[in-house]
Formats: sequence, C-alpha cells, structure tokens
Amino acid sequence: MPFQQIKFYQTGTFTVGNRLLDPAVRTVQSDARRSNALNCGHRACRGCGEALGARYAVDAAMRASDGNLVAVNATGCLEVFSTPYPETSWQVAWIHSLFGNAAAVAAGVVAAMKAQGKNEVRIIAQGGDGGTADIGLGCLSGMFERNDDVLYICYDNEAYMNTGVQRSGTTPPAARTATTPPVGAKPGNVFGQGKSVPLIAMAHSIPYVATASVAELHDLEYKVEKAIPIRGARYIHIHVPCPLGWGSEPHDTIKVARLAVESGLFPLFEAEYGDVTERTVIRHRRPAEEYLKLQKRFAHLFRPQRDEERIAAIQAIADRNIQRFGLQNGEARP
Amino acid sequence: MTKPFAITLDVGSSLVNHTGSWRTERPVYVDRLPPCNHGCPAGEDIQSWLYRAESGDYYGAWKSLVENNPLPAIMGRACYHPCESACNRARLDHEVNIHAVERFLGDEAIRRGWQFEPVAATGKHVLVVGSGPSGLSAAYHLARLGHKVVIYEAGPAAGGMMRFGIPKYRLPREVLNAEIARIEKMGVEIKLNTRVDDLAQVLETKEFDAVFLAVGAHVSKRAYIPAGDASRILDALGVLRSVDGGKPPELGRRVLVYGGGNTALDVARTAKRLGATETLIVYRRTREKMPAHDFEVQEAMEEGIQFRWLSTIKEAGEAQFKIEKMRLDEKDFPQPTGEFETIEGDSLVLALGQDVDLSFLERVSGLELADGVVKVDSQMMTGYPGVFAGGDMVPADRTITVAVGHGKKAARNIDAFLRGTAYQPTPKHELAAFDKLNPWYYSDAPETVQATLDAVRRQTTFDEVVSGLDESNALFEARRCLSCGNCFECDNCYGVCPDNAVTKLGPGNRFRFNYDYCKGCGMCAAECPCGAIQMVPETI
Repeated sequence: MPFQQIKFYQTGTFTVGNRLLDPAVRTVQSDARRSNALNCGHRACRGCGEALGARYAVDAAMRASDGNLVAVNATGCLEVFSTPYPETSWQVAWIHSLFGNAAAVAAGVVAAMKAQGKNEVRIIAQGGDGGTADIGLGCLSGMFERNDDVLYICYDNEAYMNTGVQRSGTTPPAARTATTPPVGAKPGNVFGQGKSVPLIAMAHSIPYVATASVAELHDLEYKVEKAIPIRGARYIHIHVPCPLGWGSEPHDTIKVARLAVESGLFPLFEAEYGDVTERTVIRHRRPAEEYLKLQKRFAHLFRPQRDEERIAAIQAIADRNIQRFGLQNGEARP
Repeated sequence: MTKPFAITLDVGSSLVNHTGSWRTERPVYVDRLPPCNHGCPAGEDIQSWLYRAESGDYYGAWKSLVENNPLPAIMGRACYHPCESACNRARLDHEVNIHAVERFLGDEAIRRGWQFEPVAATGKHVLVVGSGPSGLSAAYHLARLGHKVVIYEAGPAAGGMMRFGIPKYRLPREVLNAEIARIEKMGVEIKLNTRVDDLAQVLETKEFDAVFLAVGAHVSKRAYIPAGDASRILDALGVLRSVDGGKPPELGRRVLVYGGGNTALDVARTAKRLGATETLIVYRRTREKMPAHDFEVQEAMEEGIQFRWLSTIKEAGEAQFKIEKMRLDEKDFPQPTGEFETIEGDSLVLALGQDVDLSFLERVSGLELADGVVKVDSQMMTGYPGVFAGGDMVPADRTITVAVGHGKKAARNIDAFLRGTAYQPTPKHELAAFDKLNPWYYSDAPETVQATLDAVRRQTTFDEVVSGLDESNALFEARRCLSCGNCFECDNCYGVCPDNAVTKLGPGNRFRFNYDYCKGCGMCAAECPCGAIQMVPETI
C-alpha cells in the first residue's frame, strides 16, 4: 500500500473509517451505501473470516468496477453458506458450477462477455484454498497461462472446512486437522509439505499477484481496487481465519489474522509479472507463539508440555518470510 | 410463472434467515468514563472538548470546555493536570498533552474575544466572598444559572492566589485579567478592597439569598527560629505579593528558602529573577517526599536553584544560618541527628504552608471549624443554612483545580438550594480502563513538546517560561486522544461485522445493531478501539 500523506493520530489510518478524512478517500467498508455484496442471513459460523473477507473483497471490486461485476464461485464454505437453494446472500451477478473449475468457468464468462461486446464487465472468480490450491489448481494454472482477463481471489482458511476440516495444500505444519490428528511422535500436519499459491501464480508471470489479510482492510481494498482495472490474469490470496477449524474464539478472528501478519507467518506483498514489487513492513513484530497460542489446532505444541523444537521451527518459517520478503523495520511494542 | 427445467422454487434472499436466533451474547453500545475526566478535580469533560478540537472546531471545543471551567487559559498554565497522569495514552507512548490544548483554546478565546452568553435572570442574589479560582468559578456557574452574583474581594485586584501566589512567569497577568474580565462581562460584580470582617453582619442584612465563602488560605505559617536582631526573615506569600505589587523586597544575593511545597519553589525562582546569585531551598525531608510537583522541581533545577535535603534551620544570625541535618525514620518522618552546620545567607524566606483566617466567621452560628478550616457537607454547605464554602478554606487538597471544582459543585448546590430542591449529580459511568481498549488501531505519535524559554532569560526576567502550542500542533495533540470509552465513529464495528448486522446512522448518530442477524460473535466488541461496545449474555 502506498504511503498515506495525511496522518490522523487518534487512530491513524488503521480503523475502518475516520470522520476526519474526506469521504472520497475513506474505505469502501466505512461507506453507509456499500454494496453489501454478501448480505445478512448467510449461514457462516459466528466470527467467520471468510464471510468477512469475501464482503471486503467483493464490495471493493463492486466499487472499482462501478457495479459491472460477475462473480464465479468454486464449491466450498463460501458457496455453501451463502446459497442454500433457493436463498442467496449475494447482491452481485453470481454463478457456481463445480469444485475445481471456477477458473475455467470464469474464463468462459470472459469469452461470453466479449462475444456480447460487454467490455466494461469485470469478472472475478473466488474459492477457498481447497478449490484453489488442490482441486482447482489445473484450471487455475490454465487461466494464468492463457492470461485470461479474470481476477481470481482465494480465501485461504488453510483446510477443507466445509466438509469437516481436512488437510489441504495450504494447511500449515503442525496444525491439527481431521486428517492430521495430533498423535504420534510428530503430531499434526507434517513439516516441509504444502504449497504457496501466490508464488505459483508469480511463476506464470501474470500481471498482478498480491496477498492480503482480513486484519488489514485498507491494504486489502487497495489491492482489489488496483487489480480490477488491470487486463489479464490477476490473483489475490486473502488470509481468513476459521474459528471452527482453527479452534479460535469467534471474536478473535481479526486478532488471529493480525498476528499471522505481524509474526511474519503470512507476509503481505504485491508482485507484477513475476517480481515482488511492494511489501507491507510489519509495524510491531510479534513472536509466532502468540499466533499459535490462540488456536486449538496448535494446542498440542503447548500441552502437556511445550514442544520447543517445533515452536522454534515455526518461528524459523516466520523469520525466513521476514527476511525473504523484507518485512523488517517494525519495532517491537512492549 | 413457468420455471426453467429442474427449477421448482423462486429465487429467495437470505434475509429470510434470521441468524440472530443463534446468539448467546449480544453486543450493546456503552459509554464509559474516560480516565482524564475521572481524574479532573474541576469535573471537565476533557474528551468532549478534545473531540471538537480534533476537527478544528475550536469555538465548539472552547464552549464545551467552559461549561465546566471558565478559566481555561489560566488552568492550561497553572493546573498540575491530574488528567494527564490518568491518561491511557501514557501506556502507548506518552500521555496526551491536555493542558497545552486547554491553554491553546483559552488563548484562542482571548485572542478572538469569545464571550459567555447571557442568560435569563432568576432574581436571586448570591454573595461570593473571595475572587480566587473557587470564588470566580462559583460566580460564573451561578451567573450561568441566572443568579445575580456579587463578589467581595479584600485585595486591590481580583484573582486571589492566582494573582498573589502564582508568579508571572507561570501565569502572565494579561491572561488572568482577560479571563476575569470575561466573567465580569456576564454581569458578575466584583467589589475590590471590600474585606468581610464579620460575616454575621452581612447575613443580618438579608441582602443575599445565599453566600459562598472562598477566602483561601493567606496566612503564612511560622516556625520558631531563634534569630538575632540583624537577621532577615520574610514569609513567602509576602514576597510574592509585593513582587506582584511592583515593590520587590530586598532579599540580598544569597537567599535561603525554607519549605518543600510549590510555594517554596515559586519564591525561590522569583528570588533568582530578582537578582539573587545563590538560591537554596532547605527542606527537612527528601526530594521524593517533597509536596511540590516534580516538573516544577525540574524547572527550578534548570534555573540553577539549589536544594538541601534533610535539613532544618535551627538558628538565624546575621548572614549566617545554623542548620541541623535530619534523617528519615521507618515511618519516613524526619528525625534530628544532632549534626549541625552553618551556611551563609542574606535572607531567609519561610514557605511552610498557609493557614486560613477564620476570624470573620466568629459570630456565625452553627459553623463547625476543625484543624483551621471550615467543615462542609457533601453539598458544600456549612453548618449555617445557605452559607456554602470551598477552595483552600475547606478540608481538601489545596490546588487551583480543586478550587475551581468546588466552585462549580457549590454553584449547583446553591442553585438547588435557591430553588428549594436538591442537586442530583448524574451517575458516573464505569471507568474506561486501558484493558477495555484495542490499542492496535492507534498509530504511534509521541507528544508535542512545548518550547521553554532559555535558561538565561528565565533567571533574569519574569517572561513566561513555557510557551503555548500553535494551531497545527494543538490540532495534532488533540488528535492523539484515544477517546477512551466513548464512540468516536471510526466505523470499525460497522466494517468488521461478518454479518452486516451493524447499521451506520450517519455523522453524529453513531450505529445500531441489527439483532435479527447479529450472531453475537463479539468481533465488533473485540475490535472497537475505544471500548464502547460490551457483550452481555442473552436471557433465555
């Protein structure tokens, strides 16, 4: 996110809104007339990070595209909780087909709009980490490789939550899931596996790749608004905590997401044509342990006794991210 | 309606699904008491005037400020700001420099000539005895309530201790005069050189419906010090008073000040400005035990004032004083050691505290006097119905801010007394302690430091030592306020609700929860920066 010249120290620019700012430069979410693309009455769990992330992203996309938006959805929590037939929470043109083909369907919608001469209509595809990193990766790679004019948004809650918290390709090491139980000598998910979809996307040298978090609304909106007008394949990966699957308190969703960013475990950056161009420096660096401790999926690292080795291994991942993406300079707050 | 193949139901909205039924806890908006307001002895609503100042509405801020305190330019300088000691921002970087913003607003009001608005008269007459901070505050609040107020002031000018106790370098007289003149303009009449020698006589005239006494404590305490004929011993208030009257006393080049309170520092710093080359404060305990405020000790040290801790003066001779060293016992009381020393000095100024002259109350029945002060009840009323008292002459901390607070409280109770009712203070909210806040949202912003005069000018002139803020940094400083405990419409709750269950009602109207859809996740309460949302269990 670029440097903001106007400083308001009461809350800086970190709160959702700010009465002292010109309404034109306030966030989409602070607007009383925001589109509420994902409306009330959806059946997401209490404190759902994905529901929040989806409204943040799609509302920003709606403003950036002047409402000329079509959203394609992969199967997953987001689809299931928002559209139990015949109800829908979506206040945007919305289509769902299969689990793994959202990127391909979106490419088809692009072709359809082109055939109808509707060049102003912008297409987004969205899915969870399962539909993106695992099941839909082939279609996604094809969309990137053809440079289809689609913004693909992945809401990453680090497992298959809808079907009962099974491990996915983005589940972090040591995390407990239904398929990586905390038993044996090395409980939870194994170290050294999994994948980074943002880096895979960058390997396709597409025009724009970014990571975002529900804890950093200004940054998230900035990235969506920047991505919408770009022609060609774009990818945004949003970190969305899942209170159910992660075993965190519903009211802690943003806190957990924030600690993922501030520990360095979820680096925020932007890349263009395969190169990292911007990164968000951590304001107040936090130890990874603080992030882990809020989640029951990591409880076995602390009980019955502390698993120093594996806590250190996770801290090492955070340290490597900070060094690799240049996230340092944030002072530790006492 | 004919439906497409395999479609049997119309498209419905999820709005039919009232997810609010899932809730076990509900969020409610609350207002909590900010620590600054809680800490202010004058009962100012500091947060509310800072809120207005943040948007550059200085007139609105000043109006809000003077609802509780008519002397912002004076208090912004002379108050020892307990609000700042309580400020939650101190836990983040540094407390908000509240007194500097208050002073800025007060100075701005003087510069722009802002006045108090007139009110309809009630026809009641109130006498205020003494025109110090407490008397002026009471007079102002009574006048705002429509009562006709007359102040009897014994001295040749109004202001009491603010004029005869606080040196010019801390409170320029133009500022004092301007704020007093504004109160007079409201219709408050100040009769100077009018000492009340016998209150009973005044009460007998039945001229007044109520009386507020605020004569202050002006009689310097003495200590028995055997002195030779040629030794020069003065009292601190006398020195300060004559300096203000333009006739500074001869103190000599080496001045000793005996005492450890703020008056001791004021007189020592005044002596320095009058040309003393050496000024030494002699105090029987240690710096930590000094009643004077630390920042004043600091400023005095910067000006070259010297200190002699754990010492008492036993004998005064001609240009020589005999000093006994002390030590603190287990209870921190100073005890003599029997070790003596002689130090040289041209004069000794006693600053050992002040007593109240209560002789004018002798013939008034029903008053309860104890420890040299007048007892008052929770309504600030003395034992004589209709006679109220406040400031230094009643049992309380003797500070200008407490005095202003007494004036306000007494005025409200006098008003109720005159109307034949009882004043009911509004119940206080729960304190907005630091643990109620989510400080992540506040960006780092260290306080704005007020410039101070350089040391040489401070030692030789009575120019004001600490200068004020200008508009840009006053605005910055006001915006450092965290708004603890009270919604400042940052839109966080509206933004972070995953269920769109918060309705934004527009500027000034805050927000409303839509309990049809609120699932009670508590994210709004957790992410509220200022602690203005509380989760309460649902009743089953």
